[in-house]
Amino acid sequence: MQTHDVIIVGAGHAGCEAAAAAARRGARVALVTLRADDPGTLSCNPAVGGIGKGHLVTEIDALGGIMGRVADAARLQSRLLNRSKGPAVHGPRAQVDRALYRAAMAEVLAELPTLAIITAAVEGLLVERGRVAGVETSVGRLSAPAVVLTTGTFLGGVMHIGSQREAGGRVGAQASDLGAALRAMGLPVSRLKTGTPARLDGRSIDWSVLEWQYGDGDDPRFSRFGICSAAGNGRPPIPCAITRTNAETHRIIRDHLGESALYGGHIDSVGPRYCPSIEDKVVRFGDRDGHQIFLEPEGYDDITIYPNGLSTSLPLHVQEKFIRSIKGLEQVVILRPGYAIEYDHVDPRALTPGLGARAVPGLFLAGQINGTTGYEEAAAQGLVAGANAAALALNLPALTIDRTQAYIGVMIDDLTLHGVAEPYRMFTSRAEYRLRLRADNADQRLTPLGQALGLVPPAQADAFAAAQAERDAARALLDTLTATPHQLASHGIEVRQDGQSRSLFDWLRFPAVTHAAARRVWPELASISDDLLASLAVDANYAAYIARQEAEVAALRRDEALALPADLDFAQVAGLSKEMIERLSRARPLTLGAASRVAGITPAALIALLPHTSRNKPTLAA
Amino acid sequence: MTDTIAALASGRPPAALAIIRISGPAAFAVVQQLAGRVPPPRRLSLCRLHHDGQLLDEALVAVFPGPASASGEDLAELHLHGGPAVVAGVLDAVTAQPGVRLAEPGEYTRRAFASGRMDLTQVEGLADLVSAETASQRDQALALAGGALGRLADQWRDRCLNVLAEAEAGLDFAEDEADVAERLDEAARDQLADMADELAALIADSARAMRIRDGLTIAVTGPPNVGKSSLVNALAMRDVAIVTAIPGTTRDAIEVPIDLNGVAAVLIDTAGLRDTDDPVEAIGIARARARAASADLVISVASAEAPQWTGDGALRLLNKCDLAAPDVPPDVLAVSATTGAGLPALRDWLSHWAHNLIRPGEPALLSHARHRAAFADAESALGDAAMASEPVLRAEALRAAAHAFGRIAGRVGVDDVLDRIFSRFCVGK
Ligand SMILES: Cc1cc2nc3c(=O)[nH]c(=O)nc-3n(C[C@H](O)[C@H](O)[C@H](O)COP(=O)(O)OP(=O)(O)OC[C@H]3O[C@@H](n4cnc5c(N)ncnc54)[C@H](O)[C@@H]3O)c2cc1C
Repeated sequence: MQTHDVIIVGAGHAGCEAAAAAARRGARVALVTLRADDPGTLSCNPAVGGIGKGHLVTEIDALGGIMGRVADAARLQSRLLNRSKGPAVHGPRAQVDRALYRAAMAEVLAELPTLAIITAAVEGLLVERGRVAGVETSVGRLSAPAVVLTTGTFLGGVMHIGSQREAGGRVGAQASDLGAALRAMGLPVSRLKTGTPARLDGRSIDWSVLEWQYGDGDDPRFSRFGICSAAGNGRPPIPCAITRTNAETHRIIRDHLGESALYGGHIDSVGPRYCPSIEDKVVRFGDRDGHQIFLEPEGYDDITIYPNGLSTSLPLHVQEKFIRSIKGLEQVVILRPGYAIEYDHVDPRALTPGLGARAVPGLFLAGQINGTTGYEEAAAQGLVAGANAAALALNLPALTIDRTQAYIGVMIDDLTLHGVAEPYRMFTSRAEYRLRLRADNADQRLTPLGQALGLVPPAQADAFAAAQAERDAARALLDTLTATPHQLASHGIEVRQDGQSRSLFDWLRFPAVTHAAARRVWPELASISDDLLASLAVDANYAAYIARQEAEVAALRRDEALALPADLDFAQVAGLSKEMIERLSRARPLTLGAASRVAGITPAALIALLPHTSRNKPTLAA
Repeated sequence: MTDTIAALASGRPPAALAIIRISGPAAFAVVQQLAGRVPPPRRLSLCRLHHDGQLLDEALVAVFPGPASASGEDLAELHLHGGPAVVAGVLDAVTAQPGVRLAEPGEYTRRAFASGRMDLTQVEGLADLVSAETASQRDQALALAGGALGRLADQWRDRCLNVLAEAEAGLDFAEDEADVAERLDEAARDQLADMADELAALIADSARAMRIRDGLTIAVTGPPNVGKSSLVNALAMRDVAIVTAIPGTTRDAIEVPIDLNGVAAVLIDTAGLRDTDDPVEAIGIARARARAASADLVISVASAEAPQWTGDGALRLLNKCDLAAPDVPPDVLAVSATTGAGLPALRDWLSHWAHNLIRPGEPALLSHARHRAAFADAESALGDAAMASEPVLRAEALRAAAHAFGRIAGRVGVDDVLDRIFSRFCVGK
């Protein structure tokens, strides 16, 4: 029997991030996982980040997390998505090399002295006097006051290829029946599904007829200061290719719909609408003449190609047929068939904003087990759950992040209040304070918080402090330099002659005042780097909008400060209708602000709750 | 636990009928106790009501199970004979039941609002309905209470959310499906321009709606001693005794409500607008002066003894026609406040004018300053959206517009933007 502070079950994206966060706070961590090579395994597409997801990765990084630096070290190419849509929705994304990703993850985890990785299957949870006490594993008992479950799709996982079904968490891995244990503890468990495309042999693809997609020249990274000692790659970026499905592809799929696990009636759980299988696309959007397919390499030294957009659960012979109807893939060899997977997840409304299970103190849940999908969503939750598991074990302050601070806060608030009807993925449209929550200011938003909780490594903290000082100085300079429209005109800058003298910070909002022009007028700007000036210009551009939102943010914070008792019996609250009681009891909001975001709650119901609020902050670590 | 509330819903007894309403979880238990049974829902049934072995009344009873009732809760109505002793006896018996108490003023409405049976505009409409004095005010309040404005705001919110869904799809999914991005831009601009135009017209019309609700203002002006006050009183058919201003009631003396054939108006007697040392009176006078200055109609009054009009009122009157008979110019109405001569013609003229302005048959929904402000916020947000320099700022402005419309009906909570996106675009890789 070993003693740890925190046990993490499963070394997927959530588990690795949870382990790192707990270890950074000084906890002795056991990371228990099925296979030694689990850490850093990308079970689906070989890419990290994207729109909304890229925000999550930069936020994880700002809080001292590891995903950003690992992805940076393993990248094949990287791009900034949504470049023309406005800085608030810029989404950094990297294609990564699977092998390098695993290697970099192993290196980063090895740097954490209080972390032990144990290869074993966790078979049960130990609960003593209503609290978590440890886990039962295939190699014996482990005890700890806090356990984080991050078992991904492995709970009751069933894979489908056509009418073939097989138990398993993903191809080549066994499924786990911890789900039964969770049900027995009173946690609400239900089923979801997702799918993955066939993997193709790159040597059998006719690349010469395809269009290439290259990374961005400036090679954006997730981690601003993260210093990854992992080898990195130093090799040149490699492109993806683009092809399309066509009428013939759609006809083949339509002819064989009955054989699909999805449409043949073998699966009835809910899958993500934004990650539809090709069957879904053909059924729901049959009028389209074709859908784009991205052919993504899985690594520098890997012949495997991931055909992004072709997720399917049709039988292998049909997969072969329809894939070969696509341009460039006429002779393609399938290495592994695509499949759909059904799995158990816990209704995240059973969790606190710190991701602790309300019913079982000491138990934390993170990742796909909470009904999300995606590496980034999993990792972000892992960080929060790991930080809070350490908080519980070592009696440290808890980590909670609200909607005004980060996408992480938006996601956890959505999950714990609304639950999930389909696998939850991050979108920028979910964030109401989108203009404040940018990838380019994640460090300013979160690094001080991470530092206060001991999550940020010293080298990163120092680099952040230096950058912040430089930024403050630059901002002060922009505030001091002023000009009238007349003066600008004398430098050939055409702005409306309204006679209004403005600071350079204000002028940066005007399209005519380009950075090159500003540098011409004010040579002292030489002290500010291009990146920093661009970032300050974004602040200037959004300043008015953000100021307008300030009132809303203040109102939200005010409502968030009004705590509702964790054990409030909504049925006893005078003036609540039956329907309101039901909705509130399911979501169990801990603040008046959270109650206001529960779907269908009326303003009058909020008024009825008001007498039950107090100014005390609720305690969050379960 | 929610209390059950009971109150007399009809006028004060004695009356032919009296209706007691009981709302809340114990409502049907009360009926069971008093009537010995709970009659079938939504139908009037004859029941004998007893309490402590005593027959109280023979009444018509109707029960309405929640949430499909007016209050959203279980609701019972007892239609009694309207004698004071009957009503008092039954109310006592009802409130003697466990968990039942007398309702506070407005509590039924509050419960209907709490249970989501009514939105904010309907509550406002109900309040307007109770204080409606003219036919057009009643019609307007009925439309509001019936949810017409709530529906209008919802329709607008819906339109905003549809454009927003397109904009958001362009932000969250443009990388997945190339066609999302192109479809978006021109379509959005056109739609925004149309919406802004329509909204501007609606907002312009809100002046009419507010006039229906607050009444048209008519300032009666002219030199001293032309008989302005007597004219105002004659038009309002009101007791002359009130004319003597009592300090503090100045406003009542100066602003006199009249009903112009179903349209509410206020006559402002500028003879009452004199200087005063009483601070309270001064406030009332300053306010009336301001209202007179912005009146919908200015009437210039002259005396038949000296037919000289000051000011440039849209309507010129010649008062005291019983005392002298000068030539009357064609655009002038001759009246006598004393004999009543010419008053019917004046009333006709005023109703005609009022009806032209108000168009009582046409619904005018933005009758509250709150509604107008929300629509104006939405209009300016849509303007921002059309002008936005980058797509994310356009989406931001559209969110603000949708929220402004949501505020009107008091809608809170999540917008179903993602649902709209998924139903329209093939997104996701
Ligand atoms: C087939 C498939 C298709 C997917 N498609 C997409 C997609 O298209 N888009 C997208 O965004 N995301 C997709 N995902 C989701 C993405 O891979 C996951 O959301 C993400 O990896 C979840 O991270 P996690 O840390 O929660 O779990 P995982 O990364 O799945 O990690 C779970 C870990 O727990 C370990 N484990 C499980 N049970 C035990 C046990 N009893 N004892 C010890 N260890 C255990 C496993 O070995 C594994 O290492 C897909 C996943 C799968 C499996």
